[in-house]
Amino acid sequence: MGAAMKWETFSHEADVGVRGVGSTMAEAFAGAATALTAAICDPAKVGAGETAKIECAAPDDELLLVDWLNALVFEMATRRMLFSRFAIEIEDRHLRATAWGEPVDVARHQPAAEVKGASFCALAVRQRPDGQWLAQCIVDV
Amino acid sequence: MDIKQLKQRGEFEWELPTTGRMRVPGVIFASRELVAAMDEKVREQVANVAGLPGIVAASYAMPDAHWGYGFPIGGVAAFAAEAGGVVSAGGVGFDISCGVRTLLTGLKRADIAAHQARLADLLYARIPAGVGSTGGIRLDAVGMAAMLQGGARWAVREGYGLAADLAHIEEHGCVAGADPAAVSEQAKKRQRDEMGTLGSGNHYLEVQVVSEIFDAAAARAYGLAVDDVVVSIHCGSRGLGHQIGTDYLREMVVAAPAAGILLPDRELACAPLQSALGQRYLGAMRAGINCALANRQILTHLARQAFAAVFPGAHLPLLYDVSHNTCKEETHTVDGHKRRLFVHRKGATRAFGPGHAELPPEYAQAGQPVLVGGSMGTSSWILAGSAAAGSNAEERAFGSACHGAGRAMSRHEATRRWQGRALIDELAARGILIRSPSTRGVAEEAPLAYKDVGAVVDASDRAGLARKVARLAPLVCIKG
Repeated sequence: MGAAMKWETFSHEADVGVRGVGSTMAEAFAGAATALTAAICDPAKVGAGETAKIECAAPDDELLLVDWLNALVFEMATRRMLFSRFAIEIEDRHLRATAWGEPVDVARHQPAAEVKGASFCALAVRQRPDGQWLAQCIVDV
Repeated sequence: MDIKQLKQRGEFEWELPTTGRMRVPGVIFASRELVAAMDEKVREQVANVAGLPGIVAASYAMPDAHWGYGFPIGGVAAFAAEAGGVVSAGGVGFDISCGVRTLLTGLKRADIAAHQARLADLLYARIPAGVGSTGGIRLDAVGMAAMLQGGARWAVREGYGLAADLAHIEEHGCVAGADPAAVSEQAKKRQRDEMGTLGSGNHYLEVQVVSEIFDAAAARAYGLAVDDVVVSIHCGSRGLGHQIGTDYLREMVVAAPAAGILLPDRELACAPLQSALGQRYLGAMRAGINCALANRQILTHLARQAFAAVFPGAHLPLLYDVSHNTCKEETHTVDGHKRRLFVHRKGATRAFGPGHAELPPEYAQAGQPVLVGGSMGTSSWILAGSAAAGSNAEERAFGSACHGAGRAMSRHEATRRWQGRALIDELAARGILIRSPSTRGVAEEAPLAYKDVGAVVDASDRAGLARKVARLAPLVCIKG
């Protein structure tokens, strides 16, 4: 992952890993969310005309990442939307976020697979030795 | 997988000896080649499952085992409630009761040759498939509860399919003990528009032709002959099941320390069967099973409508319906004693042998049909449960067998290697018509991205899990 790239998907035998890196935990969570969209389609093709407000809280940072990604999965599934931009605040393991996106347009987005849920597999939220925050897990597709 | 870590019990049976936290051994049913090709993570996951409280006999892996979350995909494990056994949301997975059903059509390959493209287009038009698709049914709260309790029986009552279908579904189309109140409002909301949808990823509806018969007697019992056209549907419990998995995984992870359960991998999240949480999950998971059965029943109805439009008067009786992501309460003989066990099959198919009380009379001699999906463009298989009830043949892995091929490479790698459009054209040139809303989805599901399902069913057959009955070749594939 290059210095400019704040997110990526990574391989798992049956599914897909999502990873975000940033100077804060919130930035890393936003990167992981972009990678979540990338597991479905090209995030660059997803507009930002509609918003969703998301709030969650968890007993530890890793559970908070799972909750955050699963909240997005729920919004995507019930509103038939994809998201491309995220603004996140995290304080005391309490997350408040706005996600910008648009309704699924199958012809334009070419979504490959819906995400069923974020798993605890390869789950990590930590500050790396270089000071950057990492947030990752495998998602079930 | 390093084969030196295993003790060979037979040509197709390998033991992972009990060490460390393992309470029972691991047993992998596979050929030497398949075991050698398995990821080391499979061994680690088989061992982790073997360490869960109340596990009985062994932690099993089927020939198609691969790296899952917590449990390996292709994992089978049974737990006894009275021995402090657990039920694991991770051991069932997100797609509760994902499974396969196969319908007979009464048509031969020659009958459909001239109509294949029209049939493909009609099926694609009728079957909601892919990300963001919605079904034609909207359930209110009362309807949702009735569906979650009634499964395929509810669907038949609502006019989707025939009462005769129910005898050819596990538990006659409706698992008892479902508790709609244990299913969250979020899960119900996620399902509101998704009844009768196929989903995406590796889910499909295929028109297939019987290309080879291996067991003539069982094929006759199942109504199969060479050149017969059949329809197979692979999908699960849609958003409802996914959300139940999400909700209970989290709750079990958080509750595990207080229950005295040490999780070497949080994805093994589980709760004692005799706890309020364990019972609540069982109620919700069974509602998820019923949702999957109802969903496949509605899709069956839609497929029958499409066939009737092309072939007026065509009847599509149900051969059988199996679920391969479940936990079911079953009776098994362990060390000569009958025990009630909670059998988790994560990417594994129930494979009851001849004479089993669960089987409809017409399959009593042949054994239970075991429906094994291939990947797009490759063969699927119908097997028959091997071990006869009450016979000397030992029931293997609590009457379980493989469920599919398993991926040979990641989705990422598949999209690097193949382009969806080119694959669709290449398969069309071979007489296989693909209909899908997403070319990237097609590339991710490329035939060569999966392992050879032939090697997996051979190993299942030779390990005594399930006998080969028929091979099916695809003609039309509707992909999500």
